[in-house]
Amino acid sequence: MNIDSIQDGIVIDHIEAGKGMEIFRLLGLDALDCQVAIIKNAASRKMGKKDMIKIAANIPVNTDILGYVDPGVTVDVIHNGALVEKKKMELPEKLTNVIFCRNPRCITTTEQELPHIFRLTKRETREYRCIYCETKSGKA
Amino acid sequence: MKSVIDIRQLSVEEIDGLMEIGRDIIANPGKYSEKCRGKKLATLFFEPSTRTRLSFEAAMYELGGNVLTMADAQSSSASKGESVADTAKVISCYADIIAMRHPKEGAPMVAAMNATIPVINAGDGGHNHPTQTLADLFTIHREKGRFEGLTVGFCGDLKFGRTVHSLITAMERYKDVRFVLISPDELKLPSYVKNTLKEKEIPYIQTRDLLLVMPELDILYMTRVQKERFFNEEDYLRLKDSYILTPEKLVEAKADLCIMHPLPRVNEISVAVDSDPRACYFKQVLNGKYMRMALILKLLDLA
Repeated sequence: MNIDSIQDGIVIDHIEAGKGMEIFRLLGLDALDCQVAIIKNAASRKMGKKDMIKIAANIPVNTDILGYVDPGVTVDVIHNGALVEKKKMELPEKLTNVIFCRNPRCITTTEQELPHIFRLTKRETREYRCIYCETKSGKA
Repeated sequence: MKSVIDIRQLSVEEIDGLMEIGRDIIANPGKYSEKCRGKKLATLFFEPSTRTRLSFEAAMYELGGNVLTMADAQSSSASKGESVADTAKVISCYADIIAMRHPKEGAPMVAAMNATIPVINAGDGGHNHPTQTLADLFTIHREKGRFEGLTVGFCGDLKFGRTVHSLITAMERYKDVRFVLISPDELKLPSYVKNTLKEKEIPYIQTRDLLLVMPELDILYMTRVQKERFFNEEDYLRLKDSYILTPEKLVEAKADLCIMHPLPRVNEISVAVDSDPRACYFKQVLNGKYMRMALILKLLDLA
């Protein structure tokens, strides 16, 4: 299967196989007017299988989201058909409105306009906790 | 120090400093009786906790200050849908310092992020209650003269008891402290608190048997099995009488044991224990007021 290389835009590469759709959704790529290709389970020498997203426009991408979902991804910026920048991701120290607190006792449940902010509390286990109630992400 | 939301914000040195002020207040009350003249403390209590509110108010009055109080959320702006952030901004125009209690975890932090005056967390749901921990620490230090080398037993509800979690977090910073965790299986200390103890290699044991460990303890911290922390009334009724302290159970205890309780108690310490010189829970209440005084002074830069 061939997908054309892009002239101007962004390639989100080295996505762990299976996480492409989640990144597509979290970055809100469905709202874009330009061409967007999601490639699932592409062959990779390093990873065996990987997902990729190609976006035919040089849009700003939220690197916090990418770093949180899969810190192994790279973001290639393409201009006039040439690679002009390759960005590597890191686990973000802070996430704002990327994940949401599920603790029913948390203040974010009643104060609708409060941003949901999580802080990285343990790098080794990629543990994030709500800054308000300290509940771990993904837990009630 | 701008606001105090969580005991972990305070360093060992800052806690020592507050205890030093507390001791000076006890020794020289007259020196402090006008320190807060012209200052106002706003006590914003979005859930009832009369004793904590009165402790803050008594602390401010003893410092010569005044108090604005919102004791009942039903009659307050919150019932009209005002956000915690807005309330904090509004109260900042009236008062010099806020003590806030709120049923939602993290509400005082939101207040502190929006207020232009210091905020003291007076309890946020099952989460933090730093002034209770300061009262506990000051009591232990006044009774024992040290934190190092103590064996501290916690008994009752160790799962939902936030005072227990906070005191463990505060005490684990001192050398050679050992914890004895006494609870039914259903109310054991949460794994995240235990994991921290394991990571820091702080010795602890878990047991269901209070009598078995009684002779080892320097401190026995009793807790109430709180109805409001349960989703299910059946579980509450089954577990509430699990551990009741009576004079008979204290026979094997050390002569200088310090018995503590954050109060209010229901029946987990028999009234007959009150006359035992080892009962320190009413001293704890008084120490709480002194630490609140110390904290108010420190936050208002008047210490």
